[in-house]
Amino acid sequence: MGRYVIRRLLQMIPVFFGATLLIFLMVNVMGDPIAGLCGDRKCDPATAAQLKKEFGLDKPVWQQYVTYMGNVFTGDFGTAFNGQKVTELMSTAFPVTIRLTLVAIVFEIVIGISLGVLTGLRRGRPIDTTVLILTLVVISVPTFVTGLLLQLLLGVEWGVIKPAVSAEATVDELIVPGLVLASVSLAYVTRLTRTSIAENRRADYVRTAVAKGLPRRRVVLRHLLRNSLIPVVTFIGTDVGALMGGAIVTERIFNIHGVGFQLYQGILRQSTQTVVGFVTVLVLVFLVANLIVDLLYAVLDPRIRYA
Amino acid sequence: MRGATHAKWAACAAAVALAATACGGGGGGGDSSGVVSSSWGDPQNPLEPANTNEVQGGKVLDMLFRGLKRYDPKTGEAKDMVAESIETEDSQTYTVKVKDGWKFSNGEAVTSKSFVDAWNYGAHLKNNQKGAYFFGYIEGYDKVHPEKGDPSADTLSGLKVVDARTFTVKLSQKFSTWPETLGYPAFAPLPKAFFDDRAGWLAKPVGNGPYSIKSYQKGSKMELRKWDAYSGDDKAENGGVDLRVYTDNNSAYNDLMAGNLDLVDDIPAAQLRNVKNDLGDRYINTPAGIIQTLAFAFYDSKWNKPGAEKVRKGLSMAINREQITETIFQKTRTPAKDWTSPVLGKDGGYSDSLCGDACDYDAEQAKKLVEEGGGIPGGTLKISYNADTGSHKEWVDAVCNSINKALGNNKSCVGNSVGTFADFRSKASQQKLDGAWRAGWQMDYPLIQNFLQPVYYTDAPSNDGKYSSEEFDKLVNEANAETDTGKAVSTFQDAEKVLAKDMAAIPLWYQNGSAGYSDRVSDVALNQFSVPVYAEIKVN
Repeated sequence: MGRYVIRRLLQMIPVFFGATLLIFLMVNVMGDPIAGLCGDRKCDPATAAQLKKEFGLDKPVWQQYVTYMGNVFTGDFGTAFNGQKVTELMSTAFPVTIRLTLVAIVFEIVIGISLGVLTGLRRGRPIDTTVLILTLVVISVPTFVTGLLLQLLLGVEWGVIKPAVSAEATVDELIVPGLVLASVSLAYVTRLTRTSIAENRRADYVRTAVAKGLPRRRVVLRHLLRNSLIPVVTFIGTDVGALMGGAIVTERIFNIHGVGFQLYQGILRQSTQTVVGFVTVLVLVFLVANLIVDLLYAVLDPRIRYA
Repeated sequence: MRGATHAKWAACAAAVALAATACGGGGGGGDSSGVVSSSWGDPQNPLEPANTNEVQGGKVLDMLFRGLKRYDPKTGEAKDMVAESIETEDSQTYTVKVKDGWKFSNGEAVTSKSFVDAWNYGAHLKNNQKGAYFFGYIEGYDKVHPEKGDPSADTLSGLKVVDARTFTVKLSQKFSTWPETLGYPAFAPLPKAFFDDRAGWLAKPVGNGPYSIKSYQKGSKMELRKWDAYSGDDKAENGGVDLRVYTDNNSAYNDLMAGNLDLVDDIPAAQLRNVKNDLGDRYINTPAGIIQTLAFAFYDSKWNKPGAEKVRKGLSMAINREQITETIFQKTRTPAKDWTSPVLGKDGGYSDSLCGDACDYDAEQAKKLVEEGGGIPGGTLKISYNADTGSHKEWVDAVCNSINKALGNNKSCVGNSVGTFADFRSKASQQKLDGAWRAGWQMDYPLIQNFLQPVYYTDAPSNDGKYSSEEFDKLVNEANAETDTGKAVSTFQDAEKVLAKDMAAIPLWYQNGSAGYSDRVSDVALNQFSVPVYAEIKVN
């Protein structure tokens, strides 16, 4: 197990460098960010040169990348164009997005898995068909439609929630945005769980458990569900990174000042430091989430052992 | 027992109801203590006066600072604020006297030094101020802000402190309307605290305006409160303003509709259709000092040859401005009749006849002129725009449609989208665009000079198309040297006639400021810069 973890951690290094280099190049080919800073008026050449020097944009790209990565390892993610340290931006944005992601994941786990178990055990019954149709609808409607619709109905028309989340972004304010963010994944989780449960219901060990006279509850939770969860856990694990990065749409609609907002603004202003910094952290989150998923396999299914 | 439970329930319900209204209202009501909540965008630059070149930062500076002059929010006239007098005999050397008794909200006095130090800071190259060019007319600017290399002086030689309330300014050329430019936020005074601890000051700026900052969470919220010891006569009519950063103007609008926000100063394009039904007369749509034009690539010989002005004029006549402003912009734009803006007023140089027929839709004449001028260079006019902000795609497509229809050729005009504003600006300023592109000009100060010189003077900073006319330059120089304001304005208009003759850029429309507010507040108005006049807002 220990060796496996170390091997996985070492594999993360080239992935990490490759991903950041790609992002760095992509932001750089978008052109000269300083031009946008001066609005509709051309920056005077002296100030533009001075600004370029300050943000290190006057050097060749490879040199910028090396300097940048060097700084990152000392915890310095550079400065955004509005004079704020990128680490400062991260310290305000990440907690908010993490809260939002957690709310979304909780919805996925609680609603998604419960519905999945319910339908998986009652395959072909009306409830199964209903849920299947519902998930189909959720999957086919884009997030921004669901988001805007819920915002308009719950926020403006019925006044159940505030349409825009405040700067503090408390958990109760994040419930509806979290649900919107989770919606598509939630539908997938439901379907994955349903299929898995339905398949394993006929497995020998379930029949044995039932034959032993174990209570139904125990059969379903301990034997059936535990074995059926492996694909679901994989999905939810990889979804953590996707949710954090993919929150741009949801965060914009509900005025959440999280990672998505900062990334969006960073891209608009072509602030290399902001975009690369945030994406670097997101890449790390993604990699770690994947590692944790792989390690969880062993917990769920003792037959899986890593040498 | 049962009775008691009931009472408890009632009390709880009352408490909840009270708490809810208190939360929903965003702070106590009443005469002048109420706080206005308003939408805001994250300022692009640190909040230094000379470093702020966009509306969101400018909004805060307007509440936080008062300069020598201030533009009257209704008429746009530059009136003395902190200045007691600004005198000159030759339009080149000015003596400025500062009023007695003005203070910064940290208790420091506003003296002549507060201005001189701030201007020297703003002009100096090493401070990276994006608005440094505002000090470009002051003698010695080329020493502290050379075009190449390191500065050879630390301060502007044209600025001299005479005593605590007087300083003199020597300009490098005659500029009769220079005092009227001093209402621009870049000319604001800075307290000593700024120079002692810049980072600390930026975290919570201190100024001499009607408001002071109570708290500032960068990127999300700024709470401004009425400053009771404010020295000016335009004291705040409300208890304060909470500026909230919105990720999107749609969510701000929804928050206004749900009663969580008092003021939105940017109605999203998608809501323009409903806004009158939603808000009634709480919707404001007033002209601002912003004009949108189509600029041309004069650096490309195809657009700079004799006859090309006929093509440009023809294209201008092929654009149905009335229809586009009505259907796409829901009348939040006004068809342009000249190269300035109606906010200048007749006396300030606005004219509704300067562009004349060339700005009226006439398909037949358009086709004739384009043909006479030798047709569109290359056969197709490419109009470039940035696709990330604003709804530029929609109107560019509409303009092209209009041109194609008028010229009877579906390939006459196409839109060309550029991903980001930064990329678009970088291409435009490096002369990498061909054909035409959207150009916008938001005035820095309500002067006709500001609409013409920075945009059309040879090699001016916003003259991206490299338009150049000796006649135009000569007239602008004359106008600047003119001491009589009336004459200066008419000379500027003569210069503008040169633009009309050459059709240096096609005037499209003047942009309005659009805002909406809740029934909790009244006396809401936008100034000529389309910024709400916060200090005058009353909370009911």
